[in-house]
Formats: sequence, C-alpha cells, structure tokens
Amino acid sequence: MLTILKKIATIGIRTEPAPAPADAEGVSRLHESILRTLGRALTIRQVDAGSCNGCELEIHALGNPYYNLEGLGIRFVASPRHADMLLVTGPVSKHMAVALQRTYDATPEPKLVVAVGDCGCTGGIFGESYASLGRVANVIPVDVTVPGCPPSPTALLRGILAAVTARGVSEALPAPRA
Amino acid sequence: MNLSPLGLTAAKVPAAVPARRADVSASELLAACRAAADQGARLVALWATDDRDLGRGFRLCTLLADADGLLLLQHRLPNDEARYPDLAGIFPAANRMQRAAFDLTGVASDADDRRPWLWLASWPIDQFPLRRDFAASPKWEPGQEEYAFVRVEGDGVHEIPVGPVHAGIIEPGHFRFQVVGEKVLRLEERLGYVHKGIEKRFEALSLAEGYRLAGRVSGDSTVAYAWAYAEAVEAIAGIAVPPRAAWLRALALERERIANHLGDLGYLGNDGGFAFGLSQFSRLKEDLLRANLAAFGHRMLMDFVRPGGVSCDVDPTALRALADQSLALEREIRTVRGIYDEHAGLQDRFRTCGRVTPELAARLGLAGMAGRASGRAHDLRCDHPVPPYDQLGVGKVVREEGDVAARVAVRFDELAESLRLVRAIVDRAPDADLTGDVQLPLPAHPAQRLGLGFVEGWRGPVLVALESGPEGSIRRCHPHDVSWSNWPVLEHAVIGNIVPDFPLINKSFNLSYSGHDL
Repeated sequence: MLTILKKIATIGIRTEPAPAPADAEGVSRLHESILRTLGRALTIRQVDAGSCNGCELEIHALGNPYYNLEGLGIRFVASPRHADMLLVTGPVSKHMAVALQRTYDATPEPKLVVAVGDCGCTGGIFGESYASLGRVANVIPVDVTVPGCPPSPTALLRGILAAVTARGVSEALPAPRA
Repeated sequence: MNLSPLGLTAAKVPAAVPARRADVSASELLAACRAAADQGARLVALWATDDRDLGRGFRLCTLLADADGLLLLQHRLPNDEARYPDLAGIFPAANRMQRAAFDLTGVASDADDRRPWLWLASWPIDQFPLRRDFAASPKWEPGQEEYAFVRVEGDGVHEIPVGPVHAGIIEPGHFRFQVVGEKVLRLEERLGYVHKGIEKRFEALSLAEGYRLAGRVSGDSTVAYAWAYAEAVEAIAGIAVPPRAAWLRALALERERIANHLGDLGYLGNDGGFAFGLSQFSRLKEDLLRANLAAFGHRMLMDFVRPGGVSCDVDPTALRALADQSLALEREIRTVRGIYDEHAGLQDRFRTCGRVTPELAARLGLAGMAGRASGRAHDLRCDHPVPPYDQLGVGKVVREEGDVAARVAVRFDELAESLRLVRAIVDRAPDADLTGDVQLPLPAHPAQRLGLGFVEGWRGPVLVALESGPEGSIRRCHPHDVSWSNWPVLEHAVIGNIVPDFPLINKSFNLSYSGHDL
C-alpha cells in the first residue's frame, strides 16, 4: 500500500488543460453549460461500426491522466439509452449497419453524433464496396466529423466539444430539475 | 518438415523467412498435413484463390510452419463442385478458415460444418466476393442471418447473448454464453461483423500502394502488417532494403509491442478491479506515443514501414531521446510490476483464471504471445530472425501456467526485452549510406509471382501472402492474423470460469476482430 501511495504522490497530477473546441467557445464555459443544463456529465456511447481499431486506441487514450476526459464532465457509458452522444468509428461495414441503426434509435435526444477518423468521415481507404457502406453519414445523421488516421486525442476532444456547442445542448434539453 | 516419405518435392518461395511450396493432390494434402502435425508443425493460414481466368480452376492454399520455416501446400480444384478434404480434424483452427474460404470464393471442404463464418447476410449467399467475375449490386440490402448456435440443454442452463455492440470501447462481435448460475458451460463466438472487404480492396490497389491498406487491417498492429506486406513485395521484386531501414523497422515494431503491452497491462489491472494500474500504464503509454510523434511523425507509426524501406529517417537526437525514454520506462515499470505482483486482490483474480494448459494449447494450435504463456515457445524474432534481429539476439519469453497471470507475466517480460531492444537498436543502428536513402525504388517485376511476409507482431505472427498481377498490380493478397488461431482457444479458456471473469480473460488474449474479419 505504501508503494502505491508513494507512486501516486511522486507522479502527481498530469492532466493538461483541454483544447478549445473548434468554434473557439471557452472550455470552462462549455463545461459549466453542460453541467448546468444536464445536471450531470455528458455521456458518450462509442460504437465501432467497422474500424481497424486504430481509432479505438486513441479514444481509449482520452481517458488517460493527460486528457482526463472525466475531469471535464464527460464520460463513456455502456448503453446507448444512457448516452447523449454517439462516437462512431467506421467505415460502416454492411454487417454493422443494422446494429448501428438500432444503437442510434435507442439513443435519447439530443442524439449528438460524432463521426471519427478518415473512414468515419469519408469511408477512408476502405471506401464503399460489397461489404462497406463507407462514411457514417451514409447510415445515420452526423453532427460533427473528426478526420485523422487515427485522429489524436486532442482532435477527438475538440470534436466532442464542438458537437456540444454546435447543436447548443443547452437549448435542446429540458431545464434541469430543481 | 520432412516430406520425402510422401514423395513430395517442394520448391523455394521468395520470402524473408525460409519458405517452400508444393503442389498436392487431395490425398497428398491430407497426408502432408497429418505428417506435418505429427512432426509438430502448426497451421498458419488457409485461404482460397480463383484462378479460373488462367484456366486453372480454384486453388486452396494451406500454410504450415515448423522449425524449418514455412511450407505452402497448394491444391488445385477444377471447379466449385470439387471438394477438398476437411483439415479441422488435424488442425482445429482450420474449421473457421475453411468456412471463410467458402464465404469468399465458394470453394468448400467436405466437412460437416457448413455454417457461414464471414457471411452475415449482407450479400446474396450464392455470390462470392473474391471471384474474379463478382460484381456487387447497390440493390443488396443488409439482411438478418439465422446462425445455428450450439445449445446446451439441462436444468438451470440459460443463455446470455452479448454483442455485437459491446458495453465498452471494444470492437464488435457476438458472444453466446451458456451458463449455470454464474459458471460458464460453453461459449460460442460469432464474428465477421467488421468484415469490410479488405482482400477484394487490395485487388484494386497497386503493389506499391497496398502497404497503406495492410497497415489498416488491424490498427493496433499497423507496423507488423506494413512490414509483412513490405517483405512480401520485396520478395516478389527481389530486393533487400537498406540496412538502416531494416533497423528502423525493428525499432518501430518494438515500440508498437511496448505500446500495446503497456495498454493491455493497464486494462488488465483495471479489469481486475485495480484502477491504479490503468492510470499508471495509460500515462506511460501516452508518454511513449508522444515520443513516437516526435521521432516518427505519427503516434501509432502508421505508414512508416513501406515497400523498399521506411518513409523517413529518424534523426540522431530523436533516436537518443527514445533510448533515454526506454531507461525511464524500465524503472517505472519495475516499480508498478512490484505493486501488481504483491497485490493480493489482483493476483487472486489473475491466477488460475482462464487457464489453457500446454497440452490444450498444443492440440488447438494456440499461437503468438498467448501461446508463449502456455508453453508454446515460438517467436519469429528468435526462430527465423531477419535483419536486424539476427544481430540483436532476442530473448524468448515462455511460461507454462497458461492462465491470465501467465499472460500478464509474458507481457511484463516482453516489455522489458523490447525496451532493451530499443536501446540496443539506437546504439547500434548503422548510419545511412552515402545517398542517405532509407527507401529503395521498386524495380519492375513479372506478374503472377508469389511473395510471403511473416513478422512477429505484438500479438503473434502476422502473415501477408501476396501475388502480383500484370503491371505492378495486386492479383491476390491474403493478410492473416494470429487471432484466427486464438479466437477458438478463447472459447475453451473460459469454460468453468465465472461470467464476470470473461472480460478479464478476453482482455488477457486481446485478439483482433478487424484483423480476423477482414
């Protein structure tokens, strides 16, 4: 136990300030706005709709101490029914099209969708074929795209924050309970 | 392996590792596989190719490996009516490969199990994508497949279906558990959800550009795939890469291994209820990826390895920084390993959990890193070292226990070895030659040549079997992940364990869906 505590104490806090969302609205303001309107964290359901798993690795990295996603009031949830946002990687394989559509249908409003990676944005190197439907927007409506192969955690964070501001979560949601 | 008792002669195949091929009849295929299995050979891959445009029907390729290297058995089938012998009785992992070969080319074995494997009702069942006359229609709608899962009957047995969309940030696949209480009686996997037509896509690319697609077969192994692909192209073209490029490839491959092992060790701690481990290892992994970005220009090293060499040189200052980072990482990992080893709660979860005994591993053909945790002492970097591994002397890590704890220990030991290799590479990598080139141009080469690439990725061996077409095109490319061999073993590893231990066992194998579904 002592070694654990010693390690925690020596390493200290490594979290870096979050990047500004793409449209330049301040993070702290956004953070307040999420909390004020939702009364809780922004919740994200990640869906791999056919990716090579490269994007997943960078999405995982969002949880590391440097980016500390949960510290921003954003967290990943296990069910689309608990999610405000879907973070979808692609290309959408035909075999995943039904599962992706069902996941989208199960997500309550505001149903923000962020398409991740070159494949999620355009179909990427896989394109459209007998087995691939290409970009995410070919299957479900997309709010924000985050290109990159894979996009860096900072780019992902910017995209997530941009999606929240772009659709104005604060207006789309009912007022919080007192 | 010795094929002379069968009267077979094998010709050399261009590849960086020793490789031969033999044309066999159906009975010779069966006899050769039996003899090879008796001599301890392993099944690496099985795939089929449509050669009807050359007037040669179809060709079934079975690739075996043993201490002598690779042996490719090629069996011709005059048409799609002809059956080849079921090899699953000899190599159990052949079952799914045979079913996948049927889904894609329509060439069937004489096995009883004729269920589809990569086909999930997205294209008509009588259309075969890897046939040369295949034409996709925009009218085909994704459908629903009724898959014949094996059911367990009896008092109190119930079924838990999971996926394809999982609860975490994981790739999609379906798992069907048959349980009593919380004990798993049986697990059946249903994969194929991320099938995106990679093999067909290769055929629209040139040999020179295919490395980008190869590097995206399984993103976590992008270096291993790109290297295996490059090896195959170089074998066809008959070129050797500049020495410095070979050393830089090894540097990238070892850093990929370090990154993945760090990530897995963090999540294994987390799945064992020890979040401290995840914080520490995910931090160390981020340090590693940032150093990758500084030295190679990409966090995950995508598109660094390419046919003819590597895409750019790494400057000496950046190389020195990587070596210094290895030293710092070694120190930190030693501390955290001590904490893992002494943590009673964590060890309680790890030990005896998800056990694959060496006997079972040998019978089912468990391979790669998970294989080495069950006494299967194969590592291409040691068994058939290509430059620079022939000069680095990689220490092979093998455990016998075959449980989650053993797979954790193998990762820790391989991590230490890879960190040592990074320092050795930085110290000893030759300078660039006078031209400063780290990439050779590809010479023109004849069509219908076969080249093999075989590289020890972090998960296990990665194969790329490549055939050239006219004017630098790709006639056929079959990338093959070690996950093909290990997914079926996972079904055995969970038997008798409790359902809540499945995520931990699954993570300890960490198999690729994308690399398998293609």
